[in-house]
Amino acid sequence: MSPVLAGVLQLLALVVALGLAHRPLGDYMAGVYSSDKHLRVEKWIYKGIGADPGAAMRWPAYLRGVLAFSAASMLFLYLLQRLQGSLPGSLGFRSIDPDQAFNTAASFVANTNWQSYSGEQAMGHVVQTAGLAVQNFVSAAVGIAVAVALVRGFARSRTGDLGNFWADLVRGVVRILLPLSVVGALVLVACGVIQNFSGIHGVGQFLGGEQQWNGGAVASQEVIKELGTNGGGYFNANSAHPFENPNPLSNLFEIFLILVIPFALTRTFGTMVGSVRQGYAILATMGAIWLGFTALMMWTEFHHGGPAFDLAGGAMEGKETRFGIGGSSLFATSTTLTSTGAVNSFHSSYTGFGGGITMLGMQLGEIAPGGVGSGLYGMLIMAIIAVFIAGLMVGRTPEYLGKKIGTREIKLAACYILVTPALVLGFTGASMALDTPKDSLLNGGAHGFSEILYAFTSGANNNGSAFAGLAADTQWFNTTIGLAMLLGRFLPMVFVLALAGSLAGQQPVPKTAGTLRTEKPLFTGLLVGTITIITGLTYFPALALGPLAEGLAS
Amino acid sequence: MTVPTEQEEPGSMTTATPTRAPHQDVPTGHGPDDGRVGQGLFDPAQLLRSVPDAVRKLDPRVMVKSPVMFVVLIGSVLTTLLAVKDPGDWFGWAIAAWLWLTTLFANLAEAVAEGRGKAQADTLRKAKTDTVARRLAADGGAEERVPGTELRVGDLVVCEAGDVIPGDGDVVEGVASVDESAITGESAPVIRESGGDRSAVTGGTKVLSDRVVIKITTKPGETFIDRMINLVEGAARQKTPNEIALNILLASLTVVFLLAVVTLQPFAVYAGAEQSMIVLCALLVCLIPTTIGALLSAIGIAGMDRLVQRNVLAMSGRAVEAAGDVSTLLLDKTGTITLGNRRAAEFVPVRGTTEAEVADAAQLSSLADETPEGRSIVVLAKEKYGLRERHQGELTGAEWIAFTAQTRMSGVDVDGRKVRKGATGSVLAWVQERGGTATAEARELTDTIAQAGGTPLLVAVEDADGARVLGVIHLKDVVKEGMRERFDELRRMGIKTVMITGDNPLTAKAIADEAGVDDFLAEATPEDKMALIKREQAGGKLVAMTGDGTNDAPALAQADVGVAMNTGTSAAKEAGNMVDLDSNPTKLIEIVEIGKQLLITRGALTTFSIANDVAKYFAIIPAMFAVVYPGLDKLNIMDLSSPKSAILSAVIFNALIIVALVPLALKGVRYRPMSADRMLRRNLGLYGLGGLVAPFVGIKLIDLLISLIPGIG
Repeated sequence: MSPVLAGVLQLLALVVALGLAHRPLGDYMAGVYSSDKHLRVEKWIYKGIGADPGAAMRWPAYLRGVLAFSAASMLFLYLLQRLQGSLPGSLGFRSIDPDQAFNTAASFVANTNWQSYSGEQAMGHVVQTAGLAVQNFVSAAVGIAVAVALVRGFARSRTGDLGNFWADLVRGVVRILLPLSVVGALVLVACGVIQNFSGIHGVGQFLGGEQQWNGGAVASQEVIKELGTNGGGYFNANSAHPFENPNPLSNLFEIFLILVIPFALTRTFGTMVGSVRQGYAILATMGAIWLGFTALMMWTEFHHGGPAFDLAGGAMEGKETRFGIGGSSLFATSTTLTSTGAVNSFHSSYTGFGGGITMLGMQLGEIAPGGVGSGLYGMLIMAIIAVFIAGLMVGRTPEYLGKKIGTREIKLAACYILVTPALVLGFTGASMALDTPKDSLLNGGAHGFSEILYAFTSGANNNGSAFAGLAADTQWFNTTIGLAMLLGRFLPMVFVLALAGSLAGQQPVPKTAGTLRTEKPLFTGLLVGTITIITGLTYFPALALGPLAEGLAS
Repeated sequence: MTVPTEQEEPGSMTTATPTRAPHQDVPTGHGPDDGRVGQGLFDPAQLLRSVPDAVRKLDPRVMVKSPVMFVVLIGSVLTTLLAVKDPGDWFGWAIAAWLWLTTLFANLAEAVAEGRGKAQADTLRKAKTDTVARRLAADGGAEERVPGTELRVGDLVVCEAGDVIPGDGDVVEGVASVDESAITGESAPVIRESGGDRSAVTGGTKVLSDRVVIKITTKPGETFIDRMINLVEGAARQKTPNEIALNILLASLTVVFLLAVVTLQPFAVYAGAEQSMIVLCALLVCLIPTTIGALLSAIGIAGMDRLVQRNVLAMSGRAVEAAGDVSTLLLDKTGTITLGNRRAAEFVPVRGTTEAEVADAAQLSSLADETPEGRSIVVLAKEKYGLRERHQGELTGAEWIAFTAQTRMSGVDVDGRKVRKGATGSVLAWVQERGGTATAEARELTDTIAQAGGTPLLVAVEDADGARVLGVIHLKDVVKEGMRERFDELRRMGIKTVMITGDNPLTAKAIADEAGVDDFLAEATPEDKMALIKREQAGGKLVAMTGDGTNDAPALAQADVGVAMNTGTSAAKEAGNMVDLDSNPTKLIEIVEIGKQLLITRGALTTFSIANDVAKYFAIIPAMFAVVYPGLDKLNIMDLSSPKSAILSAVIFNALIIVALVPLALKGVRYRPMSADRMLRRNLGLYGLGGLVAPFVGIKLIDLLISLIPGIG
């Protein structure tokens, strides 16, 4: 079987699997966030944290919940790393430096999982399992909670009530992420992913010398790494490491885990707003972009351009032979179009265009299908922008799902879309203007620029993948990327929740023949166009000097 | 004005008589391709005339109101300073010049839009000459002459033939004919009388006959004419909610592009291709949405102006925008859906008589009836039965009995034969007085007609055979031509039409069916109307209505778009957010269309403006960086002749497109009623795809021209 055909078949298998899971999972999640009942274990948790899960929250209260919980999580994670040297079960690793501990804490609380450390050489069992793995669950649940709050904003009318943050958070973990993770971890273990608390082993290498490999609860962390679109690998090599991702089957399953919740949330959205077709329109938009990017990526990586490429059957540098170009391209676009950031190959080694596709994927704002929760709310914000710009052309003031997009709504949506470009371009600009940051570059020229552009793109969009090459464990990068991750995660949430509050308070406008039909293919096309043009215009100059200059050079 | 009581609808709410011919007719017979909201006028010479105003608007304090254009202004100043620093560089001067032109063109668009209102304001000012008021002392006795500006609310003033009414008020005593041409442009005088719905007078209009006492209701300086002047001049113009929201989005896009350009310099330095400030300014101005930024306020002013051209004054821009969103139209039956008066539709004989006999008697007896209904009987007899219209003088010895509201009958006594026609009750009484008997058949006929929504009139005669009923005239409401098609269009646009009438439900239903409205409200009282509006609004709908009576005022205030007729009371005019100077209720439909056209124009130009940027990148980025990364020259798909020419072409295109689109901004995009889906598809194709493609062609053409200039390129 040719590698191209293999790649296409993997893509098809993935689409079928996602299609099968879409409806049941989406409806199940809608049920979870609409139900009045509390499980016994949930009641214990509420009692433990002293929360009243029945209390209706207006948007400021909901936001306070999000921020307070995340701040506490961050402090806990920071202290855990700082105290690692004195904790048992740390495999003898020392405490993490303040700047790196800050960066890592910010990274995992912001659902980014940018790693300026090497997992196997810095983090022991306690930090990995009690700190990082826990954040993988709760930071993902926070994302879904905020998305659900926005969906409620659309679904409800003349109320300030967006639901209860604590109930949404706990339910996301207990009823969605944990059960799916248990099943997923078992599948991964069956595929050959390790799961133990073993120590460090010295392993002899073929060509002499010794390599140190440690064991760990890898499968359980791997599953939530993908499922919660986190991306922080147990090992530095991430999903390219055979302990994390041993074979093509596990590879395909991991991609499935990355995509399943973000895509299914569109169904949840459709069900909750009372029109599954609206959900399908959003799904179609996400799917079209994801398919387009994947096809482009496969094309550019399979494209033969020189004797080395001819021999390898494409651009194989930095890719694992066990996944090939198909499995690697699929993983690369899926991980960058969601806010996952796990990698099974090295994006820095992709062709110039291929590297550009991974960057552009993140720059879209992680919305196709995006991170768990964040993808949905990001896409809904873009839908609001698209409705606002083009919706006027039907001769009515803009409205989406029966809610008017007025001054307040557009102000919040505009702030939302300002945040990440400001962070990405601002910090990249500052890094290029200063002298020291450039010392971290491995390459010169356009590729060197891409290393820094990629780092801030990844951080501010909460992706977490790295372009490789950049030595990111410096005070400058630990601090700036840490800030980019925090601001890139929580500022948008402020705007989303304020928007949700404003939408929930509105009286819905009834649908007539004069209403813009947002469930039609025409709107999906319009939305794809708006997203590409707005993102393209924002980042075109930067991309031209990085991946485009590199890709067009040949 | 006496309205024949027999033909009056109980509780009729429309008493407006359209006073102005050119605007009152329902435009029909438009071809399938005509936009019905005709596009406004645009005279290219206006551009030149408005240049001085455009220059005056360069004041930064004015410019800052449009964040996009303010950035262009800063760019213009900056590039000029840089050009002065390096005066030998033609490129710097060229960019600076075109950036100034970009700024100027934006101001020009606004100045042209405002200029059109100025002419109208000047005419109005002429009417607002300083008048001398004849004020009555509080005890009602002595009369003193005071300047019109010293009048206070509640003052009583006297106006006689030849006097200009000194301020807005209500007639409290007397009847007069008033020339309101200063405001409405209509020269035919209108009647103003105390009490009722025709008591309102407007300052600046002129009393032509008789004497009235007027109670002043508005302070000087806030009168209708003052507000009109402010309105058409644009002085009172405030940004509408959607315009503010769009401005916010445009500002945020400007910030994004500002970031993209500012951070580009360190990237460029690293790449070894440091850019001059001039090039960066050029790039920034090309990227920020200048096209829509420049035209946004002109679009708003022009939208209001299109209303003014139709003699509608919108008291707030918000109302114009709301008009586009309206989903329920409340239309008064009389004057809007049906012609103001009923018309004779057929003659129905009783047994033993022929139709022709009835027609003859009906015509003869209606010759002395000057009401529109009476005239319509004569006309029907002529058209359908070939009965020549006889004149009162032709018949010698005839005694004519004119129609009066008291007798509710008209007729003639000639050659010993007495013919009468009139309201059922009156004619029956007349027949019985003369010893005749009303047959059951006549009653049946009248009942049938009444049930079908018509009004029956009886025709009776007294001759040698005694007094008897000959037959019945069927008077019908005549639905205006083309109304059904219009309601169909409105339905396709998602707008529900509700007919409001004082008729009984049966009659109302018949007319509603004939006209094709979606719903009707029969035997409507002002309270019913109010309840209907509130009910629709509770469902999230926006409601538009017209009204003229004082009892309409609460509903006018409650409606999202309340159009008061100029003939109406001052209370109604105060409550509505629009005034129709022609007092033509049908115009409500046009107002909705103008509102939609305004929003579509705004959306179309925004989409166009943003789509334009793609091509500009393809022109400028290779020009900036192909030196260090030769591969980027592959992006120069337009094959522009040189980097400087490429950048300059993009800047020139960016400036010229503003001027090119001024007519579109002022006239509004072509609007045809259709479903939202089709409208979006059409406009996206036109302005979205068009916006993507147009600059590629335009920039290439400009580059070709520039490359012809020797020493450049």
